[in-house]
Formats: sequence, structure tokens, C-alpha cells
Amino acid sequence: MSRYGRLTPSLALLPFLGYLVVFLLIPTITVVVGAFQEDGAFSFVNIEALFSDTALRALWKSVLLSGSTAVVGAVLGALLSYLVVTSPPTSVLRRAVTSVCSVLAQFGGVTLAFAFIAALGFSGVITEALRSSVGLDIYGSWLFGVPGLILVYTYFQIPLMVIVFLPALEGLRPQWREAAVSIGATTWQYWTQIAIPMLRPAFLGAMLLLFANAFAAYATAAALVSQGNPILPLLIRSALTSEIVLGRHNLAFALAFEMIIVVAVVMTAYALVVRRTSRWLR
Amino acid sequence: MKRNRLLAYSAAVGVSALVLSACSPPADESSDEPTTDSGVSANKATSVSDFGDMDGLVKAAQEEGELNVIALPPDWANYGEIIKTFSEKYDIKVNSDQPDGASQDEINAAKQLKGTDRAPDVFDLGQSVALANTDLFAPYQVETWADIPDEFKDPDGAWVNDYGGFMSIGYDSSKVPDVATLDDLLGGDFKGRVALNGNPTEAGAAFSGVVMAAVANGGSADDIAPGVEYFGKLKDAGNFLPVDPTPSTVQSGQTPVVIDWDYLNAALAKDVPSWKVVVPENAAIAGYYFQAINVDAQHPAAARLWEEFLYSDEGQNLWLKGGARPVRAEAMAEAGTIDQELYDALPEVSGEPVIPTNEQTEKAASYLADNWAKVIG
Amino acid sequence: MRTSPTWRITRVVLLVLFGVFFVIPMLAMLDFSTRDVGGGRTWQAWANLVEDPTLSAAIIRSLLLAVLTVAGMLVLLVPTMVWVRLRVPQARRLIEFLCLLPLTIPALVIVVGMRNVYAWVNYLVSDSALTLTFVYVVLVLPYAYRAIDSSLSSIDAVTLAEAARSLGAGWFTVIVRIVVPNIRSGVLAAAFISVALVLGEYTIASLSHYDTLQVVIALLGKSAATTSVAASLATLLFASALLILLSFVNRARRDVEGS
Repeated sequence: MSRYGRLTPSLALLPFLGYLVVFLLIPTITVVVGAFQEDGAFSFVNIEALFSDTALRALWKSVLLSGSTAVVGAVLGALLSYLVVTSPPTSVLRRAVTSVCSVLAQFGGVTLAFAFIAALGFSGVITEALRSSVGLDIYGSWLFGVPGLILVYTYFQIPLMVIVFLPALEGLRPQWREAAVSIGATTWQYWTQIAIPMLRPAFLGAMLLLFANAFAAYATAAALVSQGNPILPLLIRSALTSEIVLGRHNLAFALAFEMIIVVAVVMTAYALVVRRTSRWLR
Repeated sequence: MKRNRLLAYSAAVGVSALVLSACSPPADESSDEPTTDSGVSANKATSVSDFGDMDGLVKAAQEEGELNVIALPPDWANYGEIIKTFSEKYDIKVNSDQPDGASQDEINAAKQLKGTDRAPDVFDLGQSVALANTDLFAPYQVETWADIPDEFKDPDGAWVNDYGGFMSIGYDSSKVPDVATLDDLLGGDFKGRVALNGNPTEAGAAFSGVVMAAVANGGSADDIAPGVEYFGKLKDAGNFLPVDPTPSTVQSGQTPVVIDWDYLNAALAKDVPSWKVVVPENAAIAGYYFQAINVDAQHPAAARLWEEFLYSDEGQNLWLKGGARPVRAEAMAEAGTIDQELYDALPEVSGEPVIPTNEQTEKAASYLADNWAKVIG
Repeated sequence: MRTSPTWRITRVVLLVLFGVFFVIPMLAMLDFSTRDVGGGRTWQAWANLVEDPTLSAAIIRSLLLAVLTVAGMLVLLVPTMVWVRLRVPQARRLIEFLCLLPLTIPALVIVVGMRNVYAWVNYLVSDSALTLTFVYVVLVLPYAYRAIDSSLSSIDAVTLAEAARSLGAGWFTVIVRIVVPNIRSGVLAAAFISVALVLGEYTIASLSHYDTLQVVIALLGKSAATTSVAASLATLLFASALLILLSFVNRARRDVEGS
């Protein structure tokens, strides 16, 4: 053991900790402090502005968008995970799906927005196909508002769900099923009394993770929505870059502060839920 | 014992982070200030006489060799050609940053990049942002200062209006019926076809579009509510398309109707021969942009030469070519130096032009911030 | 277990539906990017990836950023994690929490608050886009941590270290020549996912006014839509190729070493 006591080995962690303090903690603290300032002095003006109509509306739409894509992504992702897990372990399908999902979960932002514009936009592939074949024109302003965002966000929520939930599904031992069958349980009973209760914490936790992921997402919405600031991240962009309503930098801080709080609450819930799961699925 | 130590560490980290977050780096003192023959440094020059004469200015600018401009889209009032002409004429490299930026982005960039090589040297700003940031501008009076009407310039020369236009409705006459007033756009032929250039709570062009709708519907620059109501009606009729109009969306037919400055709409006519531009009767909203030199410009002589170029006959006519009304238009028309053909081709304007003052803009802006989201969502 | 024919058919139908949903936007991008004005196909949009100076400069910039970020992550994270595993195990929880913290603090918040920090960075280092590396390393931490951690957990690093130390190796040798080669798959995974993340990052770059690849793609979307869609698809294909390559490398290693 080192002659200098227990402290010395920890010193080697200082560069890492210092780096995080500078590039992660200081920006966060700047935001938190700035939310309570206006023109350099302490003020609640921006916190009050968080309760204005526009800000509350944006918060509500963000929650709606995140919640709906979390639910849809969780359900469809769980379904896809189940389809994957019930195929043989070394099959091509499982490997293909897991690697594709790890790419698609990162496939957000500008790229995804353009992909959907290329598919469903004014001269998009699907729009034109439907127009020429069935005469149905699905193009509309819906794509550039919250409904469009819901569709597009689902595209990366489902793969994220698969990545997070698949290990939980794999943790369901086949021995449990065999044991249940051997004492006379039906498939329905197995699912409702054993599998679903086992999976519920992991499912809820994954859904919370999806919610936080959608809530914090900026790039896709920024690329897709140019008119209006329906959701919170776009309202932050407007506060930073507006040339009409000026001097709202501190409002941007306040909105960002609001964002931290929501995401922190959700992630804490996630951590608590996941801790319960890991106890069982060891 | 461990918990106390952990708390102590966290407290230390927290406090140091708080202190550090308030610090800014030392302002970069420009190491060598270029001086002109008259002994005045280039970044304090207030007119061309501080450089001796125009040749002195050109020489000083060419020594600097570069000019940083920002937020100048090439098809906005013919800036593409202006930049190219300037660059070739004086052999100065023009770095055009963030062509898609808004006025606030220009100020943000100036503050963020202060002292660095990338800081913008000159600004072209909308009214609100310009008047709110005059402490960032270096006063300079161009050679043609006397030609510019007093209401279009700051008495010290901190800013000068450069070009302006009227809010207009541009439309593709081959795709939609003829348009004369805003009310025409509420008709059934325009479903999902009317686009506004930008977000009124963010962009000057869109803001003026709402003012135009207000004036056309019985409101005024003081009362923007009818304008917001109008766009609500447009949306309810399903005619409002929440897409940013660009030359490609116009060409593809996605945005056959565009509410925008007349010079921007005029630029669209180049690609679409059937494009027409009309300024609604008695709802003539005028807007001028503000030209200024960054007080911390890294290329102060080039910046001043740029302004001289813009306000020369050549520069003003280039703006006219882009469909904008140059600020020296009246003086040049009298002197006969204006390009008469282009001047006559500008859209007709009837009624008294309305230019919202700064106070009116502020009031309208806060009304918009509270109500636009309700209407457009 | 359920091999009933209805279930098998349902499985196939569902998998096909999922496949269609995920493939269609990508096919749409391919179609859109090869469209020619007035019908017909052209590869001009793809050629613009090298011909358009703004775009090619942005591509090179982003690739450099990716390389620098991976280097930064390797230098910062790997020694720290190995050191924690070997010498300061009680700090493991703290490091894990800190590494997963960037998942809780959205990139949007970081960019809003990092202006002061970056004023210093621009003053001390430079103001080129490559300084984004510093904040990108923070962004990739959660994913890199997870990849390296799962790899570290699968080897018995402590025993390896003890054996090496007993043979007289210094700590540097232990980390660099003993442990790291054994967690190569985790390190590679961390590197590849960092590259994918950096190439796709838009929020911080755009709000800090740097012209990285995604920012330029968004910009081009207004004027040259086909080129920007081509660039988007190219980025996606590149990231996928990297990840597929990674899975091959992993499989090869596993074959060589045995399981």
C-alpha cells in the first residue's frame, strides 16, 4: 500500500474530475444562476416568465410530445424486442436488429428530419406515390408541427427502447416458464402473474428514459420546425436568437433551468425504478 | 468522517465553480493598431479624410487584405454580387459567415468572437437589434453622407440605413389566381399555400408581415392585434403553411405565395418567370436595414472601405438591382446616377408608408410574444 | 416455444412492418438525393460532397473533430476507469454517476451555459471549430463509459494487475500494456460510438455558430436540398459502416481468443 495514505491514489482522478467541473458543472451552474438574474442583478423576473402563457404552452407541448413518443416507442419497442428475443440466440435477425438499433438510436437530428422530408414532404417519395396512385394528398402542415414531430421522434425512440429493454427481456429465464407450466399455469397466467410483473419496472424505467430523451432533443425539431416555437427547446432557441423581442438571454437560462429540472426528475425516477429491477434480474 | 469530507469537497467544488463561472477572460488588446498618415488609427477613423483620401483608405484596406461580413445571404438584395464586386474591385478577401443568420446572431457573434480573427467587421441589422446595440458601433461618415436624408442616419454616424423595401405579397401567377389584397389570401384557392418568411417573434421580415396585416385590417403600427387575428383566420382556413419559403420551395411549387420584403420577392422572379409581386394598397409597411461598423473590428480600414463602396453610386445601384430601395435613391434620381430602368421596375406603392418606430416595435413585440403562440401554435 | 403457424406468420408480418417503417426514410433519402430537375436520375448531389467547398470543408472539419474527440476520450476516460477499477474502487459509484450525468444535462443546456467557459477556451487555445472537442468529450462520456465498463467487468483486471505488479511492472505498464489490450473491444466500441455521435451533433455546433457537417447540411437544406439529403445519407451510411465493422472486429477477436 502507498506510504501516503489512502488519499494519493484518488489524486490521479483529479484531471478527470477537473475536466468535468470545467466543461459540465460550470455551464450547468451558469444556467442555474443565470435563471435568477436579470441585467446582472438578482431577480425573479425570468422565473415568473416561466409561467407565462407562451412558456407554459411550450412546456405542455414538450411534455405531450415526449410522453406520447415515450409510450408509443416503449410499446412498439417492447414488441420488437420480444420478436427478437424469441428467435434463436445466434440468428442473423438478432444480430442485425441489435446493430441496426444501435445506429438508429443515434440517428437523430438534422439527418432524420431530412429523411422524413424526403419521404413525406411536398415532393417526397411517399407523398408522390400516394398522390399518383390513390390520389390521396397526405402532405400538409402537420409534418412541421407537433404531429410531425411525434412521428419522427418515434423513429429513434423505438431503437432506443430495444437497446434498453432487450437485456430485461433476456433476463426472463426460460426455467421460470417451464416451472410455471409444470405446476399447471396457462400461457395467460404465466404472462400476467410472472412475466409482466417482472418486466414492469424495466418497462417503466425504459419509458422514463425515452421521455427524457425526447424532452431534451433539439436538433430534429430545429431542422423540421421553422414557423412557431411549439416546444420548449425551440423556445430556448428563440430566446437566444430573436431579433424582435430582445434581451432575453436570461430567459433562455430560465427555460434551460426548467429543462434541467424536468429531466432530472425523470432520470431520478428512472434510477430508482431500475434499481428495483436489477435485484430480480441477476 | 467520510461523509463530512465528501460534503467539504462538494462545497469546495461548488464554490469554485460559482466563482469561475463569473469570470471572463481578459479582453484582447489589439497588439498593433494600424495607423494612417494623419496619425489616427484606422479603428477610430470617422471619415475618409482620416485616411488622407480615398486612395489612402483603399491602401490601408488592402494591407488588411480581408473583411469579415456576417448574415448576408447571396440572394438577399443582391448581396452575392455586391460581395463579389467589392472583392474583385479592391482585391480584398471577403469572409461571409453565417449567411443564414438573423440580426441577433450578428450581435451575438460580435460579442462571442470579440478580439478574434473571426469577429464580424460590419453589421447589417434590423431596426430593433440595431438601436439596442449602438454601443457596439464605430461612428463613421461616408463620402456621400450629405445625400442621405436625416431620418435615415444617426447624427454621429454610428449607423446608417442602407436599403429598404416594402412588405409585399409575392405569388406564382401560374399556380394561384391573381392577388391584390391580403383578404384574397383567405379564399379557397389558397389552401396550404401561403408562407410567411420566418417567425414574427424572431425575424424582422415576418414581424413586418404581421404589421402589414394589421394595417390592412384596420389596425396600425400601434395596434398589431388585427394582424395576429388575420393570421389566425389564415390558419383556421387551412391556408397558412408553416414552412420557411426558400427559392427551392418556390420553384418546386411548395410555397406559391410568400409574404416577404419586396426585394426578396423580386429575387424569386429570376427563377420563376410567372412570379408577381404586389404591395397591398394602403398597407405599405416600409422597413430599412441598418449598416454599422463594429467598434472592435479586426479589419477597420476594410470595414470603412466596404461602407464607402456600399454608399457609392455603384453599390447603391447594385442594391437596386436586387429590388431594394437604396437610401440615396432620391438624391441619385436627381443627379441622374440612378439606374432608371431598375428604379421604375420597383412595385408600385400607394398610400402613406408606415415605418414603425422603436417604441411601437417593442410594444408590438411583447404583444406578439404573448399571443402569437396562441394563434399559430 | 410457441411454434404455432399463426404465431410464425404474425412474427414475420410484424418484422416486415417494422423493417418497412425503418427502411422507407432511408430509401426516400436515396431517391431524393439522386433526383434530377425534370425527372431522371443524377449523382450530382453526391458529387457535391467533394465539389462544394463549404460542404467538403465541413466534412473534413467534422472528421477531425471526431478523431480529436476519440483521442480526448481515450486519454481522459480509459486511464481513469482502469485506475478506479484497480486502485480506488470506492470511487466507482462517483465516476459512474459523473459519467452518466451528461445524459441528464441536455446538450441544449450545456451550450446555453458554456459561453463563459468557451470565452476562456477561445482566448487560451483558439477559436476554430476544433475547440468543440472539449465539450464533445463530455457528450460522449455516458456511451463510452458504458462500453468500456462492460468490457472491464468481463476481465479480472485486479488479478492481472497484481500479477504484473508482482513481476515488477510499474503502473503505467500495467495500464497501457496489460489492461488496455484486454479491453480492446470495449475501447473500440467507445471509439466508434463517439465518432457516430460527433458526426451527428448539431445542437452545440449550431448554437455556437461553428460550421460543422450537420450545421452545413441544415444550411444547405434551404438552398440545395438534394445535396444536403445526400450528405445526410452519407453520414448515416458511414456511421453504420463503422458499427458493422466494429461487430466484425469483435467477432474476429472472439474467434481468436476463444470465448
